[in-house]
Amino acid sequence: MILRTFGFSEFGFLVSALLWTVVLTIIALSGGGIVGFVIALARTSTHKWLRIVAATYIQIIQGIPVLMILFLSYYGLSLAGLQLPPLVAAGASMTIYASGYLAEIWRGCIQSVPKQQWEASESLAMTRVQQYRYVILPQALRISLPSTVGFAVQVVKNTSITSIIGFVELARAGQLINNATFQPFRVFLAVAALYFVVCYPLSQLSRWLERRLHARSHR
Amino acid sequence: MPEVIVENVHKSFGSVEVLKGVSLTVERGEVIALIGRSGSGKSTLLRCINGLEKINSGRIEIAGHTVSNDPRQLRELRRDVGIVFQSYNLFPHLSVGENIMLAPKIVKNVARAQSRETAEKVLKLVGLSEKFDAYPDELSGGQQQRVAIARSLAMQPKVMLFDEVTSALDPELTEEVLNVMEQLARDGMTMILVTHEMAFARRVATKTIFMHQGKIWEEGASKALFSDPKTPELRQFVKADVK
Repeated sequence: MILRTFGFSEFGFLVSALLWTVVLTIIALSGGGIVGFVIALARTSTHKWLRIVAATYIQIIQGIPVLMILFLSYYGLSLAGLQLPPLVAAGASMTIYASGYLAEIWRGCIQSVPKQQWEASESLAMTRVQQYRYVILPQALRISLPSTVGFAVQVVKNTSITSIIGFVELARAGQLINNATFQPFRVFLAVAALYFVVCYPLSQLSRWLERRLHARSHR
Repeated sequence: MPEVIVENVHKSFGSVEVLKGVSLTVERGEVIALIGRSGSGKSTLLRCINGLEKINSGRIEIAGHTVSNDPRQLRELRRDVGIVFQSYNLFPHLSVGENIMLAPKIVKNVARAQSRETAEKVLKLVGLSEKFDAYPDELSGGQQQRVAIARSLAMQPKVMLFDEVTSALDPELTEEVLNVMEQLARDGMTMILVTHEMAFARRVATKTIFMHQGKIWEEGASKALFSDPKTPELRQFVKADVK
């Protein structure tokens, strides 16, 4: 058996796999963002049952490992006769995972807008939808930016878990190359470096946003 | 018909009854000062009048609307009733002009040009024309409070409620806010104000109501009430203020 060495073409393979990591992150954050936003609104609703349902959803998602969601959607559903392609299973699982956390982050942001802002807008005869749209959410959005971007870093790294169902993202690509080259140090250092290249600017962005938020709380 | 009717209103927070059967009427153009110690129920009464607090029993009518638990009915009421708070509560993410134009635009569907015109007019009234594009955190407390008054006025309310609007301000800034309120009173606005500014109540309010332990303890024309208090509680209260 001839071992390959870790060279340019192998590195190129890692970079193209990094693309899938990014794609999966984008799916998770946009899908999870939409679902999480709806759950966050339900969680802060005036209807008791909506709040309970949303809180339960958040508790369940945060209380089980992403891996279980992944196994359920990939193996579980295939047993039930629904064979999802790895990208779909991975995207759906990461979406569910992200939604549970984003919902909780955003609930906190919505609730950190002072109660007086609700009273002032209510006293100006706004409907509840108008209060959210024009007064509460713009302020909550600003508050939420640092923690949301911070969470995006977690999502980038956690997409590596989808390698387990055979989805070829960065971590899985590293494994494949290592199997062919058996140069784990080189390969996985390269993989780690690629994760870092994506995550580091995001964490810096998050810290910058946070400083900016503290410096000028108004816009 | 009176502009405001409050009839035998009771209100409790948990087991604590803060309003124990309060009744009053306010005629159009009257200025009513609500005075009393902290915890006497005056702020709660004011908040009940525009439905921010739900009453347990009794009846409140204001500007032709009945206070109820129906959100739609409350919105109708609030188009006609402005309220200004102790903590200003401007929208920090919007400029002064946007703060003032928001509700007329989205609640009353006033056209942009017209809402701008109104905003400029009410800003001029409170003496802050040059602050149209400033943000709330660039203003002093007194200026913020005047913007809050302008924001309410832009809805063209029939009644204005003021909830201790100068309590967070130092004397100099208090003065500029009180001047705006006095101007409003002179222009014939129906006003109910919860205040600790006794001199202002005496000078501007047509009637002053002294609240004590959740009840209207003493009421009357402001000048007479302050110069000749009938109950020992009010006498004590007025005396404490002079010191």
